Amino acid sequence: MSAGAALANVFGILAVLLTWAALLIWVERRLLALWQDRYGPNRVGPFGLLQVVADMIKILTKADWVPPFADRLVFILAPAVIVVTVLFSFAVIPVAPGIGIADLDIGLLFVLAMAALGAYSAMLAGWASNSKYALLGGLRTAAQTVSYEVFMGLSLMGVVMLAGSFDLREIVEAQRGMWFVLPQFIGFLTFLAAGVAESHRLPLDLPEGETELVAGYHTEYSGMKFGLFFVGEYLGIILVSALIATLFFGGWLGPVLPPVLWFLVKTSVFIALFVLLRAALPRPRYDRLMAFAWKAMLPLTLLNLVVTGAVVLARSG
Amino acid sequence: MSLYIDRAEYPAQPDKNLLEVCLSLGLDLPYFCWHPALGSVGACRQCAVKQFKDENDQRGRLVMACMTPAAEGTRISVDDPEARAFRAQVIEWLMTNHPHDCPVCDEGGECHLQDMTVMTGHTYRRCRAAKRTFRNQYLGPFVNHEMNRCITCYRCVRFYRDYAGGDDLEAQASRNRVYFGRAADGTLESEFSGNLVEVCPTGVFTDATLKQHYTRKWDLQNGPSLCPHCALGCNTLIGERYGEPRRVLNRYHHDINGYFLCDRGRYGYGFMTAPSRLSAPLLRPAADASLHPAAADEALAAAAALLREGAGIIGIGSPRASLEANFALRRLVGPERFFAGVGEAEGRATALILDLMRQLPVPVATLRQAEDSDAALVLGEDVLATAPRLGLALRQSTRHAALAAADRLNLPHWDAAAVQVAGRDQRSPLILATCASTRLDDAASATVHGPSDEIARFAAAVAHALDGSAPEVAGLDEARRQLAQAAAAALSSAQRPLVVAGARGGEALIRAAANIALALHRRGRATRLVWVLPECNSLGLALLAPRPLAEALAAAEAAGAPTAIVLENDLYRRAPHRAIDAFLAKARVAVIDHTRHATVEAAQLVLPAAAFADGSGTLVSSEGRAQRYLRAYPAAGDITDGWRWLGRLGALADGRAPDWQSLDEVTRACAAEFPTLAGIVDAAPSAAFRAGGRKIPRQPPRYSGRTAMRADRQIHEPPPPADPDSALAFSMEGHPGQAPAALLTWYRVPGWNSVQAVNKFQQEVGGELRGGDPGVRLLQADSAAAAGFLAGDAPEPFARRPGEWLLLPHDLIFCSEELSLLAPAVAQRAGPARLLLHPGDLQELGLADGDPAQVEAGGETMHLRVQPDPALAPGTAALPAGLPRLPWLDLPAWGSIRRVRG
Amino acid sequence: MSYFINTLATLGRYLLHSFRPRATIQYPEERPAIPPRWRGRIVLTRDPDGGERCVACYLCAVACPVDCIALQATEDEHGRRYPAFFRINFSRCIFCGYCEEACPTDAIQLTADFEMSEYRRTNLVYEKEHLLIDGPGKHPGYNYYRVAGLAIGGKDKGEAENERPPVDVRDLMP
Repeated sequence: MSAGAALANVFGILAVLLTWAALLIWVERRLLALWQDRYGPNRVGPFGLLQVVADMIKILTKADWVPPFADRLVFILAPAVIVVTVLFSFAVIPVAPGIGIADLDIGLLFVLAMAALGAYSAMLAGWASNSKYALLGGLRTAAQTVSYEVFMGLSLMGVVMLAGSFDLREIVEAQRGMWFVLPQFIGFLTFLAAGVAESHRLPLDLPEGETELVAGYHTEYSGMKFGLFFVGEYLGIILVSALIATLFFGGWLGPVLPPVLWFLVKTSVFIALFVLLRAALPRPRYDRLMAFAWKAMLPLTLLNLVVTGAVVLARSG
Repeated sequence: MSLYIDRAEYPAQPDKNLLEVCLSLGLDLPYFCWHPALGSVGACRQCAVKQFKDENDQRGRLVMACMTPAAEGTRISVDDPEARAFRAQVIEWLMTNHPHDCPVCDEGGECHLQDMTVMTGHTYRRCRAAKRTFRNQYLGPFVNHEMNRCITCYRCVRFYRDYAGGDDLEAQASRNRVYFGRAADGTLESEFSGNLVEVCPTGVFTDATLKQHYTRKWDLQNGPSLCPHCALGCNTLIGERYGEPRRVLNRYHHDINGYFLCDRGRYGYGFMTAPSRLSAPLLRPAADASLHPAAADEALAAAAALLREGAGIIGIGSPRASLEANFALRRLVGPERFFAGVGEAEGRATALILDLMRQLPVPVATLRQAEDSDAALVLGEDVLATAPRLGLALRQSTRHAALAAADRLNLPHWDAAAVQVAGRDQRSPLILATCASTRLDDAASATVHGPSDEIARFAAAVAHALDGSAPEVAGLDEARRQLAQAAAAALSSAQRPLVVAGARGGEALIRAAANIALALHRRGRATRLVWVLPECNSLGLALLAPRPLAEALAAAEAAGAPTAIVLENDLYRRAPHRAIDAFLAKARVAVIDHTRHATVEAAQLVLPAAAFADGSGTLVSSEGRAQRYLRAYPAAGDITDGWRWLGRLGALADGRAPDWQSLDEVTRACAAEFPTLAGIVDAAPSAAFRAGGRKIPRQPPRYSGRTAMRADRQIHEPPPPADPDSALAFSMEGHPGQAPAALLTWYRVPGWNSVQAVNKFQQEVGGELRGGDPGVRLLQADSAAAAGFLAGDAPEPFARRPGEWLLLPHDLIFCSEELSLLAPAVAQRAGPARLLLHPGDLQELGLADGDPAQVEAGGETMHLRVQPDPALAPGTAALPAGLPRLPWLDLPAWGSIRRVRG
Repeated sequence: MSYFINTLATLGRYLLHSFRPRATIQYPEERPAIPPRWRGRIVLTRDPDGGERCVACYLCAVACPVDCIALQATEDEHGRRYPAFFRINFSRCIFCGYCEEACPTDAIQLTADFEMSEYRRTNLVYEKEHLLIDGPGKHPGYNYYRVAGLAIGGKDKGEAENERPPVDVRDLMP
């Protein structure tokens, strides 16, 4: 890949991602409204599309304010962490043949590592805010992330075993015969659950559960710093959706349509699924969230791992 | 010694009735006709309870709690279903004719009938009969009449006739047409008619001045205040709305006013919103220019210039300004340059009275003790005009003969009707010695009339008759001697005799009064004295040891052009106007006052002072009791307390921070300087006081309109103004429970919205307020003091002069007091002032009742209409005292009277 | 397992909502149907004779939980009481309707008008002339002074409903 193509890749993907994330604000509100028999934002521009612009103007012109009681440096850095880590993850996502920034041998491990780092954002924000709600939100993030990260990685090991590689392009290529969602259905489900929890999406958004914690770890945030958390969350959705599409649904593979479009369509479907989850499912109690991770998901993942390993061994033997 | 109420055991109180005991215990038992000061008559049947013979009695019988003694072993049930049903039924009957007009009734929201109806649970009118109606009467500027609302409890006539001695309000007609009113429309004559407003349990009698600017009780922001219209120090409650005082209510004080106020005290508040009220500093730019409003800074700068320029500063204090203001003036000008702004005779008499209060072994009576005396001698004062509430107390003192008769028949004192019958025609001695007839004469056992010198001679004769070692009076006529003997006999046969005298009578009379009290004291009687003083802080001013006003006038003459600071005082009411004119022409005058008057018109500079509704301070009553009044609402604009103005002036004069920023600081400074005044600090809790960590709210919890009352001018609601001077807040937020007695801002507890709720604030019904009544007695009689008689010759007997009349001051309740006369309602009630003459003298002058006459005395000419008074001694004439349109005269004085064509 | 199925069913049910009609009313193009007992803009009404119904009893003011009603009572020469001024600060009003419930004369009423937005808060302060309407509002027949025992101009003592003529106290008849 030439340097020019690489730069085009980097900036192209970055531009698409950020636009997409911004647009997701509108998409989510319209979809939620659709499923709740409402219209959602439909006043600004065609179909309310310019609502995004209005929101951005508003959030960018808000006063940039740091609470006097906060740990100033950490408070400012925390929102950047989530955006940076998620964007880093996209470096290894294979969008289509020829489109993608880096092909790492350990691409999947890199994504998992970045996801683990991303959790620091919420934890640091909660700590730096120096407010009880934010701190509680941060604590919840820590506990939730630790719990769900354990089987997040394990749930993907089946895919790795089947593909025989951590390289995401090879994983996609390995699905030419069959999408991994079929042999790895349990892996898909557990990864979906872990993905929802990792990106703090409803119904697993207990770190910011507004009914009890005001707004959790970002209670004290306003203006564009709050906006960064928002963008980070949407980028997280895109990332998890893209990963699901890549790991379980054959990535860019598909007939007729160009590969990029296949990738985009598949990702979009999972984004819509994320919104549907938010529209339909209530938030669980925190202890149940933890119990679900440790008592249901982790054993299930281990079982999936053992069975997959056995099958792979048997077939290779 | 116990009784049982609903099977719970309580201590029996055989001298009380069950209703009193229940209320004292905090039990809610409805009642109408009973009043703690009026006793029981059992007329309304509302306080029915069930009484049981013994613990085995299951049936019981209904009795009226107010008519049943709380004797030992009594068993009653308040909660009994039959008693409850009976009480509900009584209310339902009372309500059959009650009109459907609570929304337009001034009593609504503080109505005892509303409270009792809710208490008994009556909600729907089942009676379909048409309601009987009455026509109302015009009852004068004080009391409004709406007879349809009457429930025939008879409290009004029992108060008005039996308690206050009025005879122009009566119960008329019969059965359910009973009507309470006058024989014909007309002003209620009693000086205490305003109490009907509080006595009436519903809206038949309501405050006519409140009706002019009607506000519900829950909307009034209140301040515990003191009546400024005489020296007795009655406690009042001023209610404010939209920045102006709306009404004055009685604030219960067990030792002073009890449940009742006089009409001057209740309705005089109008002076604070009268057109004469000063609202901004006034400045005279040049000697011949007129006064015009100025900003506070400008005025203070001008004041500082005045203080620098003048040939010395002198301060003239005021008997109607607070102790703090007078003290601040004294501190500013120095003790040698601090003068009393009172007439010369009045100043001497007040100083003498103060000396006697300190030296005599005879204690000074509270009003409650005056009421409890069983014989009284009043010397030289028409108390109904100079200290009206004392007149009501003296009227009660005459009931002791009836109470003694009741004791002989084993009748309880609370059984009002029985006591009245038992004591019919029996009255304790009340001997009045005045120059003219008074409205208390009907209660007197004997009256003596004459000019003050004659009364002084009479008093000296009484003292001599009581004790031969008292100075003898030469040349007393036989009739007077016999009267004196009789008075002495009456006083010495009493257990608790009372002697009343005042500054009006002059020094000879004061000495004679003291000698009478001493003689009685020597005989071992529990004697007490009441000194009647002219103004609300006369004694407080005297305690600051000011120099006489005449010296100030003389000093101005000598010193060239001094700067005089006149504090809350119209000098034209203190000395002949020529002398004042000369003084004001010489001196540069700065006046600090709340009211515009002749002295203000002559001033260079006027600073607006807070009055009694928007100011705070301490007053010393004639009893020697220091009491605090606290503002009901923040003063508007630049108006502020006199002591605060003076503090700022003092700071300007020597360019330092003011000595005080708050009332507590100036009070403490005053107490530190005068050992006698050390007690004033404790007259009320300081501004630092907190109940449950919070201030006491001035606004009731239901205060309305907070976010709308200022919205036409300013849409943003300002924070409530701070009050650095008291523990009260201009807010409805604060301590929700009962405040200390000196900080009470309203009487209300859940279920008791009317003034009857005062029961819930007393230790026991009719007793002291919880936590003790407010105020501190500064002067205590020294019982060990020598009881030697005061020397001094009795004055010469009065001798007629041909063609001349001795003009005597004649006090009038609604005319003679400077401030109350500015209240529109009081001015309306004041009526025309008349020159009183003996009918024989009238004839001699060729005058008839109502004819105009010209009086010349002391270089002044006055025009007045005449009125006969047979009580006046021939050769004397009584001139209305304190009337603003009459020039000041040093009375008594000789003058001529001439007939003029009207 | 049943939890899993339930969750799937819920998701399905929500997906089906894609094909349901929208409940939103597109105000201001579409106008909502306002029920008659809607608690909107407050008015002061008149009685059937055209007189002001408000008797300035202060009950609305005391009932108001946000204290946004202020008034002052006054009287005409015949003793009929009415408010000298009557002010509602609608920038504080929460349209709870307690004032209407408290009103003993049916004078203060809440109407179906809710379009009161202003750019300046001061324009939300309504004085009596803004509040008073010409009709009796929801209660066409009621006239408080016809029922109350108080005499006003045009209605003397004993002329109200269910009243007997005034008693002659000088009458000796039993």
